[in-house]
Amino acid sequence: MVTEAQVWDALAEIPDPEIPVISLVDLGVIRVVAIENGNVRIQVMLDDSWSTDKITAAGREKLRVSGFAPPAPRGATDLVQLNRAVFRCPYCGSTDTRLENIFGPTPCRSLRYCAACRQPFEQFKTI
Amino acid sequence: MNAQELLQIADDELILGWRDSEWTGIAPSLEEDVAFSSIAQNEIGHARALYELVSRELGTDADSLAFDRHPSEYRCAALVEQRRMDWAHAIARHFLYETADEIRLAALKQSDDGAVAGLAAKMDREEVYHRLHARMWNDRLQAEPRYEDALVELWPYALGVLAPNQRTALAKRVGREEVDAIERNGHSDELLELREEMTMVRRSVPGATW
Repeated sequence: MVTEAQVWDALAEIPDPEIPVISLVDLGVIRVVAIENGNVRIQVMLDDSWSTDKITAAGREKLRVSGFAPPAPRGATDLVQLNRAVFRCPYCGSTDTRLENIFGPTPCRSLRYCAACRQPFEQFKTI
Repeated sequence: MNAQELLQIADDELILGWRDSEWTGIAPSLEEDVAFSSIAQNEIGHARALYELVSRELGTDADSLAFDRHPSEYRCAALVEQRRMDWAHAIARHFLYETADEIRLAALKQSDDGAVAGLAAKMDREEVYHRLHARMWNDRLQAEPRYEDALVELWPYALGVLAPNQRTALAKRVGREEVDAIERNGHSDELLELREEMTMVRRSVPGATW
């Protein structure tokens, strides 16, 4: 009989298709795992309960070490904030960074540039 | 919220997604190539989610709604049907559509139907970035006579995206006088050509599974 822990472990191996350094579990998109008579049922939710705030601490660290700045908390997505240097460079840690392009290689990423270490980097958008 | 009203929005997003994708590879800068491609991907994703929601009510599926309906059954606005235009028109459409869409989504977020309200809120989180992009370009081009001409030309089309009771809000938001809107009735040849192209693979082997 399959256990909940086994399902969680299996889901933790499934990478995000756009940023494969993190898994579905790291992303926080798996709400609940329930086993009913040995069957696992997938239910897709079309509601508003997920945001980038749900990405786990482990997920955020995996993003950072891979050169993606983790998303800023919700509420920081207006233009003023996007242009302010509140985003930390994942390479050198400086906040002297600027927005280069709202859109990056995939819709969930923006491009920023670090003036301190002169390194462009990708910012996971706050969604 | 009835299914036909949701289909209008889904069709707008699907067709505009296609039109935005026409800039992939040929936008005036690489940055805009990436931006329009990303926006197109988001819009088609929103269409898919809306079709999914409607399909539960109509007892069909999202792909059937997107690709198998008769051309006369599409509910999209004339604004999104127009084939790739020059950059001034492309930005004018982008700015007017995103502004109208913000008003429409704000109303949907208040819907009594929890699924509709939830989906609208979710879509709006991505649309924030479309609006930032559209406003940036609107600010950049607003002193250009060619851009103003494009806004004037597309303005009656933009009003037609919204329900009559939402149009005054749009006029106020973009600082223009309300004029007679071009309503959603009938379709241009440009939409028929797009539909031919969009459904080509699906029509080649009806009922195929992938």
